[in-house]
Amino acid sequence: MIEVKNLTKRYGKITAVDDISFTVDTGEVLGFLGPNGAGKSTTMNIITGYISSTSGTVTVDGSEILSEPKKTKQKIGYLPEIPPLYIDMTVRKYLEFMFDLKRVKLPKKEHIAEIMRLVGLDKHGKRLIKNLSKGFKQRVGFAQALLGNPPVIILDEPTVGLDPKQIIEIRKLIKSLGKKHTVIFSSHVLSEISATCDRIIIICDGKIIADAKSNELSAALSGGQRMSLVAEGKPAEITSELEKIPAVTKVRRGGAADPGVKYYVEYKQGEDIRRDVFSAMERINAPILEMKSGDESLEELYLRLTENAKGGEAS
Amino acid sequence: MTAIYRRELSGYFNSAIAYVVLATYFFFSGLFFYSYCFKGDSTSLSYVFANMFYIIMFIIPVLTMKTFAEERRQKTDQALLTSPTSLTEIVLGKFLGALTVYALCCAIFLLYAVVISFFAQPQWSVVLCTLLGIFLLGAAMIAINIFISALTESMVVAAVVGMAAGLAIDTMSFFVSIISVEWISWALDRINFLNYYTNFTYGILSIADVVFYLSVTGLFLFFTVRVLEKRRWS
Repeated sequence: MIEVKNLTKRYGKITAVDDISFTVDTGEVLGFLGPNGAGKSTTMNIITGYISSTSGTVTVDGSEILSEPKKTKQKIGYLPEIPPLYIDMTVRKYLEFMFDLKRVKLPKKEHIAEIMRLVGLDKHGKRLIKNLSKGFKQRVGFAQALLGNPPVIILDEPTVGLDPKQIIEIRKLIKSLGKKHTVIFSSHVLSEISATCDRIIIICDGKIIADAKSNELSAALSGGQRMSLVAEGKPAEITSELEKIPAVTKVRRGGAADPGVKYYVEYKQGEDIRRDVFSAMERINAPILEMKSGDESLEELYLRLTENAKGGEAS
Repeated sequence: MTAIYRRELSGYFNSAIAYVVLATYFFFSGLFFYSYCFKGDSTSLSYVFANMFYIIMFIIPVLTMKTFAEERRQKTDQALLTSPTSLTEIVLGKFLGALTVYALCCAIFLLYAVVISFFAQPQWSVVLCTLLGIFLLGAAMIAINIFISALTESMVVAAVVGMAAGLAIDTMSFFVSIISVEWISWALDRINFLNYYTNFTYGILSIADVVFYLSVTGLFLFFTVRVLEKRRWS
């Protein structure tokens, strides 16, 4: 449905998006994950034709955004990071405007009523957009993206700034959209993406650093096994002591756990290092406060990947 | 294009802008009409028209300052630019919206002509010709100010720069007289807006004048499209 090939965007000397390629199949819900400023919004703005790429192509359902902009744009519903709302209009007037602007060929009244019902705005048609709460504004933004039932829907951080209840509602909405539409949505919150998406692309500093099915992501990316550890003592000493254990391949310091500090230990497949860790920590008199073996959580994986990508660039 | 045109018009009339602009235009044109025609016992509207540029200079930047600057600031341009509508249609829709409000402003002169007709026979040919002149002048000024609005993200900057441009146009003949380099003053004289306007106020409908205003309008609308296009690529 969507094919992105060698997409690059430079602003002067800054490369915002660096040679990105990926495809999205029909009916797939793709999560776009990355820290702020990673290039998510830029990529989405290029796909929707808001800005142009420096090089590379975007094809949506067989038509190319640069050579056939009108045809391509008709196939995409876009909710940018800041919903493009005319705050001096009422909800219904605004949606009617967007309906005309998008040249939707469906029966106007019925279609707008249907969309408003879908996003839960049916009782708010006469309210001025500037008087709506942030959650409702977001819904209006959603509604305009859904107008005309475009086959592709692109949502840029749709849940930012919403309260937990609204976030759950929006996620449900995205999931239900996935049945009829191809959806790309971005977020910097991993749990949200893994809860709603079939596939995750992690993007950092303009590059794709991971692309996998959401349930396979951690398995695909982690060779060996991992454990996490919270221990009290001098971090340098603890790290060097952990590294002395033969089966350990890598030790990474996490954040302060108060008391103690968190460490992530990678070790060879099939080994069990718990006893070795215990005796090592005992040797340097560093009490273990918590020890957890097993898969790294997605959150940690995400942090590690994005940090690695950044570190790799710096060195 | 019609969607954008209608949205522009409703934007003007749902906010204070259209009313403030109309009121200002009506008030000052009425003042000029009163002092030249009533006090001066004249049926000629030429003096009134000749002075209207001072009002146009201030109200048009106010009318157009929002067009692109505000869209960009509120990020609503994302909706326009990602919709299946071309840049030319967007620019034209906005231009025609502002032009409609301006046309309503100008329409007050028809009323003045009717008022005169109660006392004496107005020269309809002169009135209508001048009306066309002031309309074309306004159209060119709107195009220039929309272009200025497309260059910035701030309405205030757009309005101030637009007014400065108006002032520059107004004082053009002054510059023409003080610049001693002949070809510069010659060139400035050729692009002096008001030269082309004066003929209209005498009731002379010359093709050259009409073409001048239409070209300026077309040129600046074209520039606006290019500015928007360029922003997409940089």
